[in-house]
Amino acid sequence: MSREAIALKQTPKLHYLNNGHSLKSWLLTTDHKRIAILYLISVTVFFFFGGFFAMLIRLELLTPQGDLMGADTYNKVFTMHGMIMVFFFLIPVVPAVLGNFLVPLMIGAKDLAFPRINLLSWYLYIIGGILISHVMLTGGVDTGWTFYTPFSTAFTNTKIIEAGIAVFIAGFSSIFTGLNFIVTIHRMRAPGLTWDRLPLFIWANYATSLIMILGTPVVAITIVLVAVERLFHLGIFDPRLGGDPLLFQHLFWFYSHPAVYIMILPSMGVVSELITCFSRKRIFGYKFIALSSVAIAVFGFLVWAHHMFVAGISLYAAMVFSFLSFSVGVPSAVKVFNWTATLYKGSISYATPMLYAFGFIGLFTMGGLTGLMLATIGIDVHVTDTYFVVAHFHYVMVGGVLMGYLGGLHFWWPKMTGRMYPEAWAKLSALLVFVGFNLTFFPQFILGYVGMPRRYWQYPPEFQTLNVLSTAGASILAAGYLLPMIYFVWSLRYGAICDSNPWAAAGLEWKTASPPPTFNFDETPVVTWEAYNYDEIPPWERRVPVAR
Amino acid sequence: MAGQVDALYIYLLLVAGVMSALIFVAVLVLAIKYRRVRVREAQQIEGSIVLEITWSVLPLFVMMTFFIWGAVIYFQERTPPANATEVYVVAKQWMWKIEHMEGQREINELHVPTGQNVKLIMTSQDVIHSFFIPAFRIKQDVLPGRYTTEWFKATKPGRYHLFCAEYCGTMHSGMGGDIVVMEPQEYAQWMAGGPSAPLQETGKQLFASLGCSTCHRLDVQGRGPNLQGIYNKPVLLEDGRTVIADENYTRESILNPTAKIVSGFKPVMPTFQGIVNEEQVNALVAYVKSLSQPPTGTAELQNQPSAPPRQPTNMQVQ
Amino acid sequence: MHDSQVTTVEHEAHNPALLHHFADAQQQKNAASLGMWLFLVTEIMFFGGMFCAYLVYRLAHYNAFAAASQQLSIKLGAFNTAVLLVSSLTVVLAVKAAEAGNRKQLVTYLVLTVALGLTFLVVKGFEYAEKFERHHVPGPTFSFTDTFDDGSQKIPVNPNEAQLYFSLYFAMTGMHALHMIIGCGLFTVLAVFAWKGHYSPSYFTPIENAGLYWHLVDIIWIYLFPLLYLISRHR
Repeated sequence: MSREAIALKQTPKLHYLNNGHSLKSWLLTTDHKRIAILYLISVTVFFFFGGFFAMLIRLELLTPQGDLMGADTYNKVFTMHGMIMVFFFLIPVVPAVLGNFLVPLMIGAKDLAFPRINLLSWYLYIIGGILISHVMLTGGVDTGWTFYTPFSTAFTNTKIIEAGIAVFIAGFSSIFTGLNFIVTIHRMRAPGLTWDRLPLFIWANYATSLIMILGTPVVAITIVLVAVERLFHLGIFDPRLGGDPLLFQHLFWFYSHPAVYIMILPSMGVVSELITCFSRKRIFGYKFIALSSVAIAVFGFLVWAHHMFVAGISLYAAMVFSFLSFSVGVPSAVKVFNWTATLYKGSISYATPMLYAFGFIGLFTMGGLTGLMLATIGIDVHVTDTYFVVAHFHYVMVGGVLMGYLGGLHFWWPKMTGRMYPEAWAKLSALLVFVGFNLTFFPQFILGYVGMPRRYWQYPPEFQTLNVLSTAGASILAAGYLLPMIYFVWSLRYGAICDSNPWAAAGLEWKTASPPPTFNFDETPVVTWEAYNYDEIPPWERRVPVAR
Repeated sequence: MAGQVDALYIYLLLVAGVMSALIFVAVLVLAIKYRRVRVREAQQIEGSIVLEITWSVLPLFVMMTFFIWGAVIYFQERTPPANATEVYVVAKQWMWKIEHMEGQREINELHVPTGQNVKLIMTSQDVIHSFFIPAFRIKQDVLPGRYTTEWFKATKPGRYHLFCAEYCGTMHSGMGGDIVVMEPQEYAQWMAGGPSAPLQETGKQLFASLGCSTCHRLDVQGRGPNLQGIYNKPVLLEDGRTVIADENYTRESILNPTAKIVSGFKPVMPTFQGIVNEEQVNALVAYVKSLSQPPTGTAELQNQPSAPPRQPTNMQVQ
Repeated sequence: MHDSQVTTVEHEAHNPALLHHFADAQQQKNAASLGMWLFLVTEIMFFGGMFCAYLVYRLAHYNAFAAASQQLSIKLGAFNTAVLLVSSLTVVLAVKAAEAGNRKQLVTYLVLTVALGLTFLVVKGFEYAEKFERHHVPGPTFSFTDTFDDGSQKIPVNPNEAQLYFSLYFAMTGMHALHMIIGCGLFTVLAVFAWKGHYSPSYFTPIENAGLYWHLVDIIWIYLFPLLYLISRHR
């Protein structure tokens, strides 16, 4: 890549979005980009379902008494909030939307290794989604998204089996996506694209895919056992019949802890892309960030029982898991330090994606540090099962995953649609999200330490002030999420038309037109440069939108 | 103990605060100092092994301090002192049933004296619950089918929240109560105020009425092991293992006797699952424990007014 | 979709089975292979959860599990093991036949594999029927009065724990049988395609990959058989 101006491509006449307009061409597509758009729409729908339940929770918690809804209803509301957000939003969002769209583009391939399985993944997600929606509309489930036994097997009358089937099917969507990514990254890289030249977003999705294929089957079989126990009144997890409720917890958390790394790793990959582009710099410590992703995936499988410190495990087991949980903190810290170091002597712009990246670094640091506090058993005994934990995981999942996703969505929006979003509105939304988020969840750390337990429909009056603050923050946060919905859709018609590389970014995806043609590249690229070769890309100039 | 937890928490908050502040300030300063308007071209810096190692190893050391301090506190939290007064807790949807050794029963309230180590021996009748006392900074899940324990020593009189901290159904958030801490004299008065038999007395009567004493004789060796002095001692099983006869072992021996058979004995004991409820099991366990205690009994019993022998409670399915 | 210049690298006279997002047939074959191996890993993790539960409960309730395990028929289990091992042989021979381009042999071995698989399932059916008759199927009709014979005495066991054994027995062998049924279906389809001539020495990837699947299902049985049937025969 020479230092001359980058060869920019104008919007092609025929690209993946207008290559076929029929419903069939969309619903039977095998084009990874179209599948990514299908996921984008479905994932957003479920985000709003989950968000709706969040709103109900926060409204109920404005007052200490349970006055908005009955106790059973509240229990169902927080369960559905958790199940939908975890299984139908957080786990698929970045891999299935951004990953599906970008992985083949970033490695110079025409598509994923198994395009039809990719489509199958989407249909499995939809089928799981329809089932969970049916559960939602016909009474919901009231076990908490963690559906601990024996409550879920023998003490609740809600639709556990149907919800279990929904999650099971969605799990296979996840497994097939992971499988597809691993094979694609191993076998379909463009000539010259060696492992140490891969964008970190690819490394991140690779590590994520490893977790997806190794961990998800375990929760799948756990769901099967719970369903079987309910159907046939067995005692696999019921102590009255010789079973052990703790075995359920071990099997459940063996997946569900690595699951949170499925959620965060891809967003971390996005942040690497954003920081480099908007500092015009190579990433600081490429190898370390790449290996940290894999380290997080591996260590993530060793720490599950830190969710069970007070569950009745032995003293010594608890100590081992506490020790191991700290080991996971090191690679995450390494990444944060490397991103910060990348800023040094960079040439930094404040475009919206970069604002989200900054937000990610700050909020993920706080969420991660509070995670270390939870790994400290002496503290965990006090704050586990309280709002402290709720605050911690929302910091990493919303302050982390969601900010990374929004940053990535804004960054690659021109690539996906050929249009630019309105920058001023986007900056405003980012601000609302950041402020609203902190106001919602910071008070919850305090609430937890002073003793408010989780999953409480009613609470002692002394906790009200903090709850009101939290709900106020939630309304600001909601506005911050609604705005992008509106302006992204607006931009499809009225947004500035973009060329192939409006950000002057490195990466193969920016060498093809925006939106890309169906088969991605006119010629298979041959890669002779390192990742993030910003020393070879001309300095960024304020882009003038290409006139129509 | 609560003070120690708070001290550790403040340390963690400080470290986390400093770390967060460092990162926030670094990002802010760098983002402003190297903004596009000021710096047209970036300087490419690949990395620095020295830095990578430093900022991997240093945090690891700091984390180890977290771990060690936390583990020390946890070890203390999980090791009840030997002389602790025992209180039995049975959790059910949606209330806490508490039974003192003296026989005093409470619902959703636990009265304790200051300065006394109190050990809770807890089980659940149905689903998993969790006994959470925020003021004491302790919490322990309460499981069906086995005992879990936690302990504390209250230092200041007052009423402190008791919450259930493991989601357990409709009224999970209503399953609260109070820990009522009293000065020792007040506590003694309160304890004397109710008619009841000590827990081990109840257990002793059950032991007889359920027919346990037919095989478990205290005078000669019967068909079952002599239970005198066995509590908390090692027991050799017929499959060669050795286990400690603690609360859970005693409970299991009543509800699932063929699980562990003492060496030299035949597996003929019938199960009492379904015949005794949780409180009755607690009473029997307390009785077995009392067979290992010195005959003078504990200080609390001196305040026990003489009470008529209690009728055995109806044998109900739990 | 192809650019106008056709280079020798990009446009060899390609196999009709080559999918267009792949650069060449070799890449497609490698991708399919890796994909199938990864899928097998997920299957191992899937069954792994049940093996884990079995292991934990076996350690906790040894006597009951041993007594229950002694109720299974070693003869039938061993016969089924032999059947599956032979079926893995027929799978290997089918792959070889495909490689050699021998259509008749390929179809024969594929059909034999299905037949052996069905034999396994039929024998399993008899085993399940016997369990049903003896009230060893977990649920409201369950009853277990057998004892654990440890060589010197017969120890009565907790029937709930025996029911736990049978719950895991049916869950594990049932899940395995489900995978066998899928395998038989898969091989039937392959046999039909093979008979129609879809496979040749330059393209028989589906046979290979389905073969990998069959071998995994076989290996899972190789673990199930000793764990469920054999290990409680002696103390």
